[in-house]
Amino acid sequence: MAEALIFDHVRTPRGKGRDDGALREIAAVQLTAQTLGNLAERNKLDTGLLDDVVLGCVQTTGEQGGNIARAAVLEAGYSQSVGGQQVHRFCASGLDAINIAAAQIGSDGADAVVAGGVESMSRIFLGADSGAWTSDPSVAYNTYFAPQGIGADLIATLDNYSREDIDAYALLSQKRAAHAWQSGYFSNSIAPVRDVLGEIILDTDEHMRPDVTAEQLAGLPAAFEALGNKGGFDGVALQKYPEVEAIRHVHTAGSSSGIVDGAAAMLIGNKSFAASAGLKARARIRSFASIGSEPTIMLTAPAAVAEKALRRAGMAVSDIDLFEINEAFASVVMRFTNALQLDMEKVNVNGGAIAMGHPLGATGAMIAGTVLDELERRDLHTALVTLCAGNGLGTATIIERI
Amino acid sequence: MTHIKTDRTSGGIAVLTLDHANSSTNLISPEWAVEFSDALDGLFADDAVKGIVITSAKDGFMAGADLDFMSRAFTTKEALEFSRSVSNAFRRLETGGKPVAAVLVGAALGGGFELALACHRRFFSDDPAVQFGLPEVNVGLLPGAGGTQRLQRLLGAEKALDLLLGGRSMTAAEAVELGIGETPAPGVTPLEAAFAWLASGPEPLQPWDRKGNMARHKLGLLDHSNAALFSMMTAKVAARTHHNYPAQPAILSAVFEGMQLHFDKALEVESKYFARLLSGDVAQNIVRTVFVNRRRAQNLAARPKGVAKMSFGKIGILGAGMMGAGIAYSAARAGSKVVLIDRNEDAANAGKEHVRGLLDKLVQRDRTSNEEAAAILDRILPTTDYTSLQGANLVVEAVFEDSAVKADVIKVAAAQLSAEAVFASNTSTLPITGLAENSTRPERFIGLHFFSPVERMPLVEMIIGKRTSQETIAHAMDFVGHLRKLPILVKDSRGFYTSRVFLSYVNEGVAMLDEGIPAALIENAARFAGMPTGPLAVTDEVSLDLPVMIAQQAKADLGENYREPCGYGVMTRMISEFDRHGRKYGAGFYEYGSGGKRLWPELASHFPSDSRYPSSQEIGERLLHVQALEAVRCVEEGVIEDPRDADLGSIFGIGFPTYTGGTLSYVDTVGIGKFVERCEALEKAVGERFKASDWLKQRAAEGLSFHG
Repeated sequence: MAEALIFDHVRTPRGKGRDDGALREIAAVQLTAQTLGNLAERNKLDTGLLDDVVLGCVQTTGEQGGNIARAAVLEAGYSQSVGGQQVHRFCASGLDAINIAAAQIGSDGADAVVAGGVESMSRIFLGADSGAWTSDPSVAYNTYFAPQGIGADLIATLDNYSREDIDAYALLSQKRAAHAWQSGYFSNSIAPVRDVLGEIILDTDEHMRPDVTAEQLAGLPAAFEALGNKGGFDGVALQKYPEVEAIRHVHTAGSSSGIVDGAAAMLIGNKSFAASAGLKARARIRSFASIGSEPTIMLTAPAAVAEKALRRAGMAVSDIDLFEINEAFASVVMRFTNALQLDMEKVNVNGGAIAMGHPLGATGAMIAGTVLDELERRDLHTALVTLCAGNGLGTATIIERI
Repeated sequence: MTHIKTDRTSGGIAVLTLDHANSSTNLISPEWAVEFSDALDGLFADDAVKGIVITSAKDGFMAGADLDFMSRAFTTKEALEFSRSVSNAFRRLETGGKPVAAVLVGAALGGGFELALACHRRFFSDDPAVQFGLPEVNVGLLPGAGGTQRLQRLLGAEKALDLLLGGRSMTAAEAVELGIGETPAPGVTPLEAAFAWLASGPEPLQPWDRKGNMARHKLGLLDHSNAALFSMMTAKVAARTHHNYPAQPAILSAVFEGMQLHFDKALEVESKYFARLLSGDVAQNIVRTVFVNRRRAQNLAARPKGVAKMSFGKIGILGAGMMGAGIAYSAARAGSKVVLIDRNEDAANAGKEHVRGLLDKLVQRDRTSNEEAAAILDRILPTTDYTSLQGANLVVEAVFEDSAVKADVIKVAAAQLSAEAVFASNTSTLPITGLAENSTRPERFIGLHFFSPVERMPLVEMIIGKRTSQETIAHAMDFVGHLRKLPILVKDSRGFYTSRVFLSYVNEGVAMLDEGIPAALIENAARFAGMPTGPLAVTDEVSLDLPVMIAQQAKADLGENYREPCGYGVMTRMISEFDRHGRKYGAGFYEYGSGGKRLWPELASHFPSDSRYPSSQEIGERLLHVQALEAVRCVEEGVIEDPRDADLGSIFGIGFPTYTGGTLSYVDTVGIGKFVERCEALEKAVGERFKASDWLKQRAAEGLSFHG
């Protein structure tokens, strides 16, 4: 099996996914094209050497539909010989794009692939693509569908996380992200986004609240209480978790991942590509895995999928230097950390989606790149990246510096 | 033609009149569908007919399907054929090339309303008797003659689902506002308006049959408002029905799938969902018990024959507490003069004030007028004077649940009554045969066990003492009928019927705490199995003292034969060790605060959970089985003679889930053989209270179900 090597990665800064967000005027295909362009340019890459571009994207409808990867390849001015495919594994799509690239290379189906993801949540609203899972009454009824926020609060209830615990983690994410930005830890991998005039429109993560206080977080209203009570979703979820008397709604907008726009791209290839492109590999992909888990609570796959990836790599938890678990909700990170008995000093060390936002299809690729930069900065070796995803899915990847 | 009359008028308009030959309401049956199709054939073939009016000769337009027909067992194929036969006839009506107007009088419900929806226009007057609706969901079905498809195309999915899932009726005004039909201008009758419309030569085409009526980009989930609507509606249905009632999700699916199809395919899909429901256990159980057998009981089918009917111009009630006042209210509303007696004037007056409060609520809700309410209240005479009872045909005692207190009032009251008067006791626990001995005429003595709150609970458990006569049963039943309540017949024995079954539930649930099953799981599992309230919550409601007192009484009475109920230990611990007696003391299995109630957090430490406990499904099944087994014993012991009464008593008295059809329908649905097997497994696992008797095993061996 050929080794899948990581050469480089870039990401856009994340814009607020709202009408007044800085990236609201930039279509998803342009966010992607700029990111692809930046990656090629900084590596002086002959794009004719690439076989494919694999792109995670979740709301694959409207201008994000119809295989946005191929559209972005051409829009970015890449060689027309480069393919393009769109991956949908809900929130893990960006990481699955990397894994698919690694699989293509590992099976000798390709020499070089750009993997990444994109989501413009300011332009394509959350839920725009609906789907049988959430909205076909037969499927939603038979599978006890409840939205993610209900699952997040259910995890907190089952694990006895108080509102204070949840808010404390949210504050930690903000402080870590603020510190990382101030210290320039991200700067090497940020590709600023430009408008139609070529002017920079955003060069930093727009969603962060570096000055937020515990008091301010404590003052936010519970985000999923109405959905759970009046909407009936608590009643649905309890039928799957009948040992719970009532779900405690502890998550707020401040302890959930932010709704943002953004794109990311990572250059992955084999040794022969390294030679022909004249590039030096920074890391290798040791293993990857995906699983399905109980869909109603939805967000508890990461520990199990992480263990599966470790098994496939022949590694133990103790072999991993840094962990990135997507901050879908504070309770997701806390359960993962507890389940693997991790030191919080090794987990999401530069903050995550609670502070910086979660552009659905892009996040997996973004955090994989972030943790690679941090391994280099700390001169450590191994990292495990994982995300929970819609309908109980989960994906994990282990990378190792060279 | 038997049920349908057709008349041709000189203006080329034919009038098709629904007039069921052997029912006071128009009903749909296969026979009716054939006749209706034949009538249409005649009208469509006649070139002289330019337009058609459909109306009714009855007080109402049509009540829907004949539930006696629906209550038999259907195969899926038979059910599908029935649905198609009616659905196709209605489809022909709207596509026959002649305009059709429905002239609606009174109620058009279920299939009757579906027929109206298949007409091109609907005319009716703004009359309180006019009432439209699709109540099929209440019977565990969906409208299988185009109702789910036409209503959503007329109103949009959201409003249609509100009516289809709610099963509620609407008034003429609401129907006009929704655009379902029209009320003519003053001075014009609906029939005249229909004739005028037909005379104008309208195009006989439904909106859904117009070319281009389906915009492809708006189909199903391509219209985002549908995605949100169906997601939310599904959650509400699942949260409310706990996956026990298949009609609700079938309605959602029929609407969801049908909205994406052209009309004929949409009707076909609706028929398939209908067939799945009608051939399923739940609809058959609900129709049998909640409609057919309830109506039978309300019509006093079990009344002993050949006894002259008794009337109740004047009755007496002893004890003006909650129960007494509630019975007084029901009797006064039914037109009786009520003598309401208590120990002192204040207590008697308080009873009448309670009735006033209930009547005020009715007036507020426009359910009765001020004058009518005043007249009802005037019929109640609060007093301490037993001589006022003279001339009463029936007396109900509802005094404190104590043999001595009851004996006292029975003796005093009996002295004032004629030899024909019936004496009824509203005891829920004391043996009727014993109480009857305080009367000089024990053959005229009977138990009438009302449920609280009387004004809302329909059931009356009639307790037949050893010496109660057939005449007394007949007359007491006349009284229950007079109150428009639902009688079941029960032989006098400890706990009668409903209390026995109820206590089996309470004890089983409470005992589970001692087995290490978490309290929340017990409560949720019970509710998810369909019980209205978890066993711990309901024990708090009645107070923990009640089951304990009943057990102690049984011990005193039974001596060696006494068996301690399985929940007894936990209850006595709660009372004596933790001083938690139940809701009215502010502390029981739950704690009660301003923000509502929640399980007492210390339960987990006093009754620690085992790390391995059964699933919610297993717990729910056990809680239903224990009640059903108690009902089976009541039949075996002769306490209940008619299995239909066991079903009715369990659903309308103690909230046994409707989808089961009641305790004995539940046994039949599980299958008597499987039921016995499960009881035997539970006997091994949790105790001999699940022991199936030889009588039951024999029945199982013969495959003898309770409802044949």
